[in-house]
Amino acid sequence: MSNRDFAPKIVAFCCYYCAYSAADLAGSLRLQYPPTVRLIEQPCSGKIDIRLLLQAFEAGADGVYVAGCLEGDCHFLQGNIRAKKRVNAAKKILDKIGVGGERLEMFNLSGSMGPRFAAIATEMTERILRLGPSPLSTADKGEEGKAE
Amino acid sequence: MIVAAAKPWEEIMASLHGMHKVLVVGCGGCVAVCLAGGEKEAGIMASTLRMQRKLQGEPVETEEITLTRQCDPEYVRELGKKLEGVDGILSLACGVGVQVIAEHYPNIWVAPALNTKFAGATLEHGSWEERCGLCGDCVLGQTGGICPIIRCAKSLLNGPCGGSQDGKCEVKPNECAWNLIYERMGRLGRLNQLLEVAEAKDWSQGRDGGPRRVVREDVKLDD
Amino acid sequence: MTEPSSKLQSLLDSGQFVVTCEIGPPKNASGTGITQHAAQLKAYAAAMNLTDNQTAIVRLSSIAAGVHVLAGGGEPIIQMTCRDRNRIALQSDLLGAYSLGLRNLLCLSGDHQAFGNHPAAKNVFDLDSIQLIKTVKDMRDSKVFHCGEKIKQDEPQFYIGAVANPFADPFEYRVHRLEKKIRAGAQFIQTQCIFDMQRFETFMDLARKRGLPERTHILAGVMPIKSAKVAKYMQKNVSGMLVPQAVIERLEQAEDQAQEGVKICIEQIRHLKTIPGIHGVHIMAVAWEEIVPSIVTGAGLMPRL
Ligand code: SF4
Ligand code: SF4
Repeated sequence: MSNRDFAPKIVAFCCYYCAYSAADLAGSLRLQYPPTVRLIEQPCSGKIDIRLLLQAFEAGADGVYVAGCLEGDCHFLQGNIRAKKRVNAAKKILDKIGVGGERLEMFNLSGSMGPRFAAIATEMTERILRLGPSPLSTADKGEEGKAE
Repeated sequence: MIVAAAKPWEEIMASLHGMHKVLVVGCGGCVAVCLAGGEKEAGIMASTLRMQRKLQGEPVETEEITLTRQCDPEYVRELGKKLEGVDGILSLACGVGVQVIAEHYPNIWVAPALNTKFAGATLEHGSWEERCGLCGDCVLGQTGGICPIIRCAKSLLNGPCGGSQDGKCEVKPNECAWNLIYERMGRLGRLNQLLEVAEAKDWSQGRDGGPRRVVREDVKLDD
Repeated sequence: MTEPSSKLQSLLDSGQFVVTCEIGPPKNASGTGITQHAAQLKAYAAAMNLTDNQTAIVRLSSIAAGVHVLAGGGEPIIQMTCRDRNRIALQSDLLGAYSLGLRNLLCLSGDHQAFGNHPAAKNVFDLDSIQLIKTVKDMRDSKVFHCGEKIKQDEPQFYIGAVANPFADPFEYRVHRLEKKIRAGAQFIQTQCIFDMQRFETFMDLARKRGLPERTHILAGVMPIKSAKVAKYMQKNVSGMLVPQAVIERLEQAEDQAQEGVKICIEQIRHLKTIPGIHGVHIMAVAWEEIVPSIVTGAGLMPRL
């Protein structure tokens, strides 16, 4: 697959109190952001755990990010700080096995930052376009190729 | 509780080399409390294993199960129905759990995913420290509830040695156990107890001639 | 008990101000250097300590080194730590050492192996220093092994020493621990190197209040420091050693730092001689053994008997 016709699959775990509302705002402001990003609403970025992040990659994501409130503004006080630690731990695992920790990121924003939301989606999409498809999906293809 | 920590990933991978189906077994006991081998950690390990193997072109199928306790035959027997087509078991229990599985399933390979570290306590979430060396003949009654066997770097019974300074052990960054003992005995008005020469310990009550055993006839169900 | 066969014991018991020094065995299998040092130092020191794998670095064994000291005409004090031997090996080595003509023993816990060149080693610490003292005493006075079995003949009759560190913490307990060692059987005590004289005098005050100098012989430890750099290193890195800033500054300002180090050491000895309850000095010139004669002479401790 050449990079030109690569449509990355990106999963964004978005905190209800910030990123998810920011996405709404971006929509109502008619801001353009890539359709590659699929949002999953979370009650708090602190809800995510390492298992969930890894599962997203296993299920075919080329990139994953977690978007939580600005540090100090978490609705549940520490959720976003904990999310960041887990994201960092998951990055290490991804590096270790060769998927690449760069495909995973943590972002912080507030509910009123519609343009920032769009910018993050664009930034992440560009990063994944640069990195290309997840090695896991190409490993899939390889297998299918063998099976044929 | 027994505190454990994950083995280096390369070692785990090597122990499962060539297997096509692996049963990943978590434990709901101590290792779940110390966040090393519970259901969540078993999930992370299984997922990591699957992805790595896929990338290596040697995909592996995993089954996951987390037992209430792996050190109890009652629960380990539950594994029986999960073993269909399984080439090996990856146990996230302490060394005891791994062995109970090995004893019950003599014909299947079992590998430890954790290094069993010590019997310890939680200092804060995410931090644990050793508290007992399982010596079999507890001296806490002489030392004010602070264990010199495991918390003193030299297991002294007549400490502190000459390396104790500012409350720290000569082996940094540990606290000097004997300084703690001294302070506590002082607070409790029992310093005179420390003036007695403590006799040499009978280490045969500890790790010595093979496994130790505790048998309680009064609680056995039948004979 | 039979007549003291230790020359060190005779000297201390006779009330003389005694000098002992230290020889660090080499990291090889040759005893020549030890024998030479012993021959060179015997006129200046009543006895010489042979360290037992000090700071957990593998060296020629203290017992073997003691035999090399005998060959040089010196009087050896064997150091024995609890780090590397269990009660079986300790007692076996005691028998062996005595059979080789060694008479003085210094019992220590031993530096932790984490400091040495084999940090992956398993330590033993079956007995601690105080229990070792008691074991040696029981072998000598009650003629029994640690387990209680009788020693039917030729029990080892060591002159038993121990160490005290007035500079470790908790300070007030240090005197109590010294008393524990004396009660266990320590007949002479060598202290950790003294740099903080004030603290040492306080320690001796407390020791005298408990009547300890009457129950044992206390030798005050001193160490000539070669340079300000060494002093700083010890201040920072050696647990249980207090090097006051003033000592470092004095060395720094000196034209010849080594000579200044010797001068400080001599002044200390002269001062220590005036402290009641001090029965001698123990000079620890680690890897600088050849300086001992000038210190002893400079401190006015010559001629010796
Ligand atoms: S004395 Fe023995 S049993 Fe008691 S806490 Fe220490 S190691 Fe454990
Ligand atoms: S400094 Fe304290 S804890 Fe460390 S070995 Fe000495 S007595 Fe034990």
